[in-house]
Amino acid sequence: MFGLEYKDSRMLILVAILVALAPFMLNPFPEGSGMAQFNAGYPDLMQRFVIFGIFAIGFNILFGLTGYLSFGHAAFLGVGSYAAMWMMKLLTMNVVPGIIFSVLVAGVFSLAVGWISLRRSGIYFSILTLAFAQMSYSLAYSVLTPITGGETGLQPKVTDPRILDGSPAEGTIAKANFFGLEMGSSFELQLGSWLFTFNAGYYLAAVVMLIAFYISIRIFRSPFGLMLRAVKSNQQRLNYTGLNTKPYTLAAFVISGMYAGLAGGLMVAMDTQVGAERMFWTASGEVVLMTILGGVGTLIGPVLGASAIKYMENILSKINSDILHQWFAFLPDGLEEFVITLIYPFIGKGWHLTLGLIFMAVVIFLPGGLVEGGQRIANLFKRKMPGKDARDNKSQPTE
Amino acid sequence: MGILEVKNVGKRFGGLQALGDVNLSITENSVHAIIGPNGAGKSTLLNCLVGKLIPDTGSVMFDGKSVLGLKPFEINQMGISRVFQTPEIFGDLSVLENMMIPCFAKRDGAFTPNAFINMMKDREIVERAEHVLEEMNMSEKQQMPAASLSRGDKRRLEIGMCLSQEPRLLLLDEPTAGMARADTNNTIDLLKQIKDEREITIAIIEHDMHVVFSLAERITVLAQGTPLVEDTPDNIKGHPKVREAYLGETQDAA
Repeated sequence: MFGLEYKDSRMLILVAILVALAPFMLNPFPEGSGMAQFNAGYPDLMQRFVIFGIFAIGFNILFGLTGYLSFGHAAFLGVGSYAAMWMMKLLTMNVVPGIIFSVLVAGVFSLAVGWISLRRSGIYFSILTLAFAQMSYSLAYSVLTPITGGETGLQPKVTDPRILDGSPAEGTIAKANFFGLEMGSSFELQLGSWLFTFNAGYYLAAVVMLIAFYISIRIFRSPFGLMLRAVKSNQQRLNYTGLNTKPYTLAAFVISGMYAGLAGGLMVAMDTQVGAERMFWTASGEVVLMTILGGVGTLIGPVLGASAIKYMENILSKINSDILHQWFAFLPDGLEEFVITLIYPFIGKGWHLTLGLIFMAVVIFLPGGLVEGGQRIANLFKRKMPGKDARDNKSQPTE
Repeated sequence: MGILEVKNVGKRFGGLQALGDVNLSITENSVHAIIGPNGAGKSTLLNCLVGKLIPDTGSVMFDGKSVLGLKPFEINQMGISRVFQTPEIFGDLSVLENMMIPCFAKRDGAFTPNAFINMMKDREIVERAEHVLEEMNMSEKQQMPAASLSRGDKRRLEIGMCLSQEPRLLLLDEPTAGMARADTNNTIDLLKQIKDEREITIAIIEHDMHVVFSLAERITVLAQGTPLVEDTPDNIKGHPKVREAYLGETQDAA
């Protein structure tokens, strides 16, 4: 399908189905039940799953294939956001020009940063990208206030020109839309005590993510992707095999920068505001965690990692001590207090602690990330079924 | 006029004169060995030929064109392939993928961003890579990760990768260093076969005299950064200067 091999088509279709049915699958618990706070099927969070999925897919093209670890990719995300916001202010509240422009601007910006940073490799490359990202953050926060809005950031205003849109009704601002379909609009489906929300913005972002995922599969399987993996494996041999590694790494850097810009543009399309904190270095670190947690150099890993981290960030952090008291009310008083004291540091504001422990466990026991975990489970089942060739997995190292 | 002409090449590292005044001419379609004791400047000379080092003085001409100041990938594209002392291959990639990379480099040049074709559907490249693997007797290993090959097989693969580019000059840097006797003999047989079957010039840097005398047609002896003698293997064997350089013998002591 679309020039993909059977295995890859199967994976793409599977991801498409998962993404399409996410509003159902992420809402397994009925409204009002004690478990309802584990429901992740609300538009805001689902949008974040796919947008950060795009960010991580792009990051993986650089880090997973070439091994160059960038600590500055949030800068490209931020630049993409500002670019999209300016399109919304100047041209139209239709998100399409904004998204296209965000990719282009992030591409040009990453070309400049990559051109300089790729003069060095290893830790020096990481530090250079980190320095660029922090410079961008500081500039956006202070000197470039006329463009970035400084501390307050940018939102669409009534006074913006928006030359392509007709003048809106007095005192109102047009909402971000896709040819008239508002990003915030949702269709709600009530089934018994279950409530499912189908949000226009989520489905737009999901379609964009599927396209981004498809492009990444094509890159992984292409001669270009082969050269990128060769850069990671043995750059010296590649040089002495007549291949110029510089343009290959720079192209990978720009492509991943454009993915980051796309994610930034989509963020603005979903939630029409942008601030400089989006470019802060912790945001760059987060995408590194997502990629490693999911599985570096794997196709689906970054999406899994992004979803896992965003789920914890939004769900674990909402659990507070009252909820814990509800859950453990059946225990005798003293024991209840004890259990809650044990669990409390890992929830609410302590969710980073849980993330840290999971991250450590994955890096130590599953160096291939969540994908390796999945493969091990799949192999357990395969071993029980005779006739299946276990070497299947070995022939394609980058699943 | 040889295919490779090295004239008056000198290279200094701080206070150490690694290469004094090297003149060397390698005849097309011959096997030329460069030998010498440790620290004689063999590796420095090789690095000056492939673009890793730029000599301070002198000139290096390949096929009438200067290679000085060119990057390693540019020199490779001119037709010089290099085999390293410890096999340099792409350990994370499969054997077949290892072999496809030089095939792409040969056909498409130093940079071709074709990101939208499936590499396995490029029949021309896959068939070429499979053909070379067959010549190297490695067909049944093509799905293995290259890192899991034995030392001898890694060497075979690396030599195969160089040959797949049909270079005019193949440079080998101590190709049997650290190998068991059986692997060494296999490598000698492979190189002999290459020499007999192809129109190719081979320059080989080697410590192991057994390897040198079974392959070379001309031998240059390097000592302290300058060539002592250049002659046929038979004449080199008994040459007093060579014995002196290797064994530290002087006329008096003898």
